[in-house]
Amino acid sequence: MRFALVGNQNCGKTTLFNQLTGANQHVGNFPGVTVEQRFGDARGYKDCVVVDLPGIYSIRPYSSEEIVTRDFVLNGKPDCVINIVDATNIERNLYLTLQIMTMRIPMVLALNMMDEVRAAGGTVDTALLAEILGIPVVPIAAVKGEGVGELMETAVDVARRKQKPTVYDFCKPGPVHRCIHAVTHIVEDHAELAGMSSRFAAMNMIEGNRDIIERLGVNENELELTEHSIIEMERECGLDRNAALADMRYAFIEDACARAVKRGGESAEHRRSTLIDNIVTNRYLSIPIFVAVMLLIFWLTFDVIGAFLSDLMGQGIDALTAAVDGALTAYGLNPVVHSLITDGIFAGVGNVLDFLPVIVVLFFFLSMLEDTGYMARIAFVMDKLLRKIGLSGKSIVPMLIGFGCSVPAIMATRTLTSDRDRKMTILLTPFMSCSAKIPIYSFFVAALFQRHRALVMGGMYFTGILVGVLFALVVGKAVFTGKPIPFVMELPNYRMPSLKTTLLLMWDKARDFIHRAFTIIFVASIVIWFLQTFDTRLNIVTDNAESVLASFGRAIAPVFGPLGFNDWRASTALITGFMAKEAVVSTISVLLDGAAVSSMFTPLSALSFLVFTLLYTPCVAAVAAIRREMGSRTKAVEVVIMQCLIAWLCAALVYAVGGLFV
Amino acid sequence: MTLDQLPIGRKAVIKSVGGEGDLRLRLLDMGVIPRTAVTVTRIAPMGDPIEIRIRGYALTLRREDAKTVEVEAEA
Repeated sequence: MRFALVGNQNCGKTTLFNQLTGANQHVGNFPGVTVEQRFGDARGYKDCVVVDLPGIYSIRPYSSEEIVTRDFVLNGKPDCVINIVDATNIERNLYLTLQIMTMRIPMVLALNMMDEVRAAGGTVDTALLAEILGIPVVPIAAVKGEGVGELMETAVDVARRKQKPTVYDFCKPGPVHRCIHAVTHIVEDHAELAGMSSRFAAMNMIEGNRDIIERLGVNENELELTEHSIIEMERECGLDRNAALADMRYAFIEDACARAVKRGGESAEHRRSTLIDNIVTNRYLSIPIFVAVMLLIFWLTFDVIGAFLSDLMGQGIDALTAAVDGALTAYGLNPVVHSLITDGIFAGVGNVLDFLPVIVVLFFFLSMLEDTGYMARIAFVMDKLLRKIGLSGKSIVPMLIGFGCSVPAIMATRTLTSDRDRKMTILLTPFMSCSAKIPIYSFFVAALFQRHRALVMGGMYFTGILVGVLFALVVGKAVFTGKPIPFVMELPNYRMPSLKTTLLLMWDKARDFIHRAFTIIFVASIVIWFLQTFDTRLNIVTDNAESVLASFGRAIAPVFGPLGFNDWRASTALITGFMAKEAVVSTISVLLDGAAVSSMFTPLSALSFLVFTLLYTPCVAAVAAIRREMGSRTKAVEVVIMQCLIAWLCAALVYAVGGLFV
Repeated sequence: MTLDQLPIGRKAVIKSVGGEGDLRLRLLDMGVIPRTAVTVTRIAPMGDPIEIRIRGYALTLRREDAKTVEVEAEA
């Protein structure tokens, strides 16, 4: 049996899903869209799968999340819908409930956070509410696991008996009522043929949702009749069709709540939230606090915990490499295959696996930001600034993480609710100079810019941000021409995140990253190893200058003529930098073979080289992340090409303008 | 008066919801509909967006969008 978990954002849906399924979860994407689909076996039940649908407020076909949910319930025909509702915010949550009820699929209502309602002195008469709504209502407290067993029992029971909602009429006699009845009558036969409830079909006809209307296959005459009765309704009740339907649903909900819900005083959670907000969204304190929080996260991730774990991981990988190296030598394996395993696979994959601890730690903090409710406040505080470049407040977090590492930053765009914002943020993030580029800057600064250390380093970061902002302005106008999703966002009460949810998220991201390390990055490592080890006649090289990679470097070096470094060593280093940015420095050191950096670069050409490395293609791990989050290989390739072009133009500009002064 | 002009803390009732397309539908779905009580509780540090309290929860929206919501403040 299949159970669909549906509910608003911030209502504890993920927590409930984790309670229902435990750790045996699977993640995929819904077909055709980058909306995440999670499913898992219900604990303690055989052949019962729970599918976690995206958190939404309504089932209008305006965002891909809403369409996915609607179509899953409509076409996927789950055996039962588990609708989770935040009891502390019951009016708005029930709005979605009413929409699902019209679909006439067996469903149960999970009334979450009942503990908070009770603590504030409120009550909900669940029996009465169940009677009013015509569906079973189970009070739960998902964080504590209360009522979760009973919920699943009820859901299985409802599914077995195929118990459909008994109530689907939400309006009092009047113009809206007449209109709905008239339209229901018109579409009845079509709805039956299309396999949807006539009430749901009628609502979609009135709201004018084209794709459903097309599926119903109504004719011109029927459309006209429908339009006629809608216009009559609009005239009689003085509201347009959308407002009239929303009004009808909320009026029903207000009435239901007046009967079944006794509100308590102000909840402790709300009082606490107001107090916290007085500080963290304060006119003078909000931005310093935000900066401090981000700095703390960075410091902890990249300096303290993450760095420590990364070192540990690095040592582990080194030890393993050494052990394998020894074993292979002892075995007397063919030296080429030996080199493939140690220099190619172990070095390449190991290099990228070094990121893993940082990613996991960063996601721990991200989950804290998101699940406590602070992320919504960041969006609230930063929105005005980000709107100037066509984004909304939430995008600031992935972009800042980009200064640490593009990979988790790109993965973090999942927290953005608008598809447009998500894609734009993914494109912007690689312009934020990541920490792997620091060794490159340091290397050149130490060799050539001793007197202007801070200027060059700071200049790099600034250039990245500047190019990113300009890019956003251009791309926002040219590519993402569609209207941005309106910024109408709930500010949930602050809550302690559940440890289980956080740990599962970390595990999930780690698994995702490891998977990529052993697929795309594994292959890339082998390719680079091959190019470095053989010459064009497939002989093993003894001199680095003879390898295919070097020949390739030589071939493309003239491209960098206008940038001031028509040097095969520089272009070869850039190619290895695709694996990991730190490799740029190690390759140059190897190829310099003891010569001074100044023999290869003038200060100006070095500056141009730095600008190029700052802006050119993200590393392979980041490209893999882009591919995954954009849901398209072509898009990822486009990003690589586009960034290389931008880097070339900017570096050429630096070299040309700089040439006027030198 | 429109919602963006409503002073912080002053109670009001929504008279009409203008705007168009996605924005309007989103407002309606979130419970911003005529005859509903609303108060502005906070303004973001940079002056925009604003936070309102409606139906017992906190919602934030931009000033330009709040302009489309017509309200009547309580005396």
